[in-house]
Amino acid sequence: MIQSKYWWRSLQDKLMVGLATGATLVVLVPLVAIFGYLIYKGIGSLDWNFLTKIPKPVGEVGGGMANAIVGSGVILFIASLIGVPMGIGTGVYLAEFGKKRFGYLVRFTADVLNGVPSIVIGIVAWSLVVVTQKHHSALAGGVALGIMMVPIISRSTEEMLLMVPQSLREAAWGLGISQWRTTLSITLRSASSGIITAVMLSFARVAGETAPLMFTTLGNQFWNFNINHETAALPLQIYTYANSPYDDWHRQAWAGALILIILILISMSLVRMAASRGVFKGGN
Amino acid sequence: MLKQMNGPLLKPKPQPDSVAPSPEEPSAPVPRRKIEHKSSRFADAAFRYLMLACALSVLAIVVLIVRELILSSSLARHTFGLKFFVTQVWDPVSGDFGALPFIYGTLMSSLLALILAVPLSIGVATFTTELCPLRLRGLLSYLVELLATIPSVIYGLWGMYVLVPILRQYVQPFLAKYFGWTGLFGGYQFGYSMLAAGIILAIMIIPIVTSITREVMSAVPKAQREAVLAIGATRWEMIRVGVLRNARTGIMGAIILGLGRALGETIAVTMLIGNTPQISKSLFAPGYTLASVIANEFSEATGDLYPSALVEIGLALFLITLLVNIVAQLMVWSITRGSAQRATA
Repeated sequence: MIQSKYWWRSLQDKLMVGLATGATLVVLVPLVAIFGYLIYKGIGSLDWNFLTKIPKPVGEVGGGMANAIVGSGVILFIASLIGVPMGIGTGVYLAEFGKKRFGYLVRFTADVLNGVPSIVIGIVAWSLVVVTQKHHSALAGGVALGIMMVPIISRSTEEMLLMVPQSLREAAWGLGISQWRTTLSITLRSASSGIITAVMLSFARVAGETAPLMFTTLGNQFWNFNINHETAALPLQIYTYANSPYDDWHRQAWAGALILIILILISMSLVRMAASRGVFKGGN
Repeated sequence: MLKQMNGPLLKPKPQPDSVAPSPEEPSAPVPRRKIEHKSSRFADAAFRYLMLACALSVLAIVVLIVRELILSSSLARHTFGLKFFVTQVWDPVSGDFGALPFIYGTLMSSLLALILAVPLSIGVATFTTELCPLRLRGLLSYLVELLATIPSVIYGLWGMYVLVPILRQYVQPFLAKYFGWTGLFGGYQFGYSMLAAGIILAIMIIPIVTSITREVMSAVPKAQREAVLAIGATRWEMIRVGVLRNARTGIMGAIILGLGRALGETIAVTMLIGNTPQISKSLFAPGYTLASVIANEFSEATGDLYPSALVEIGLALFLITLLVNIVAQLMVWSITRGSAQRATA
């Protein structure tokens, strides 16, 4: 069957190869369109006030998102206090002790948690923290984002630790170093570049999350440094401004979007550079 | 591993005249040598339990999610029962709630996203793994992954100010004129529609479907490709018979994982779908999804029944994505585990 009609087969070949190439080009279109338009609109809208001032009253021109940028930082800090140790701990458990049935259960649960929609995690953080505290707070948002970081960090930490050669551990044990010391000073250190990458990636992933913050941190038009109060967050502010009827707020939404994507891309490219140059490499 | 490695080092040699510790209890106290061992053994156990606590916390979080969703939705579940999922009324004022339009909107927008994203993703994965020059490969995967770093809210913003006007001015009139007879493209042309939501979701799930498809395609052994090429196949026949056919379970898994992402996506969809609880055949009509209604109404929901109904919607969303993710996970596992075995064998 394959022998017959060579022209047809070759035509089919060219067609499918063309389609695959075409698909790649089509996918690059939105990428270029989004980044292009974001930079075009964002740079035009960005000014010093945007980075240093807090929002003006509704409808007035001017003001900025300084409080939202700082608020996002605070929320992310709380999130990483929760997510990073738990994520790395789970990863260590899975890599070093998790070869039995229980390990598979944890791995599977982490994957399930990774797939839970962020808005559902927002509801849970709301009913755990907001309902208990009886008010919205930066803490509640931090809890929501922290929960989201755990599965991302734990699965990559496990992968990184499994790549550390077994002989390294055995060498440490052979010297009479205890298991916990080996894990902390030898295994984790050798894998540190990979683990830092995982942490930064999870950071970049949750930094742009809006849905879980909508009814946990709620947003705020003023400065707030108290983690028990409503706090502004960059993605939340972009969302509010984009949906508003004011042109000046639309402009600020674009500026905020540009800042957000720049922060995310900087953290990702720092990771890339550090990982490729081996800055964080400990033992390996 | 721990037992194997530490065992010979720490366990005292059983002496004929003393009572040897039974082999079932390797952690029995060792009085023979320095006190250091005792403390390091204690530290080892403590470390182990600390890590175990972290792992348990992952289980605890998921249990907590299920518990909170079930508890907070109990009022709505008892008031409406299963009727909640088949009725169309959504009236917070009179306290009558039905989730059908949201379920329809979620399923429809995700399905539309899959129809648009899957052929493109498989095309990109095929191009990057099989066709493109090696030099381009890294760059292309980096670019596609760049799409995954864009936050949902920025997709929404771009959708509102770029995609929607384009749809309204060019795409919708075109589709209505030439494909209006299908009935899918009728009605008013607002721009904010099921179609807009589907397109933005497609762009958002392309990176994940592409990267997993690429992974499973690269997991297909090289010998498969060479064997097909050796009997005189063209490139496309090699890809179809040698690669895609072998990777189909994994690709199916990638698609379902993408579906899971699309079902739970909130902000971008909320900004584009038009937020109208209705069931309409036309893709130009606005709709509403499970995630969007929570995002829009949860913080303003007053009384007891209204928030409870929204949490029940959250529960439904959780269960749907859970099911989809488990199926996808099993499919991806089955193929990557198989290839790992092949690699070690």
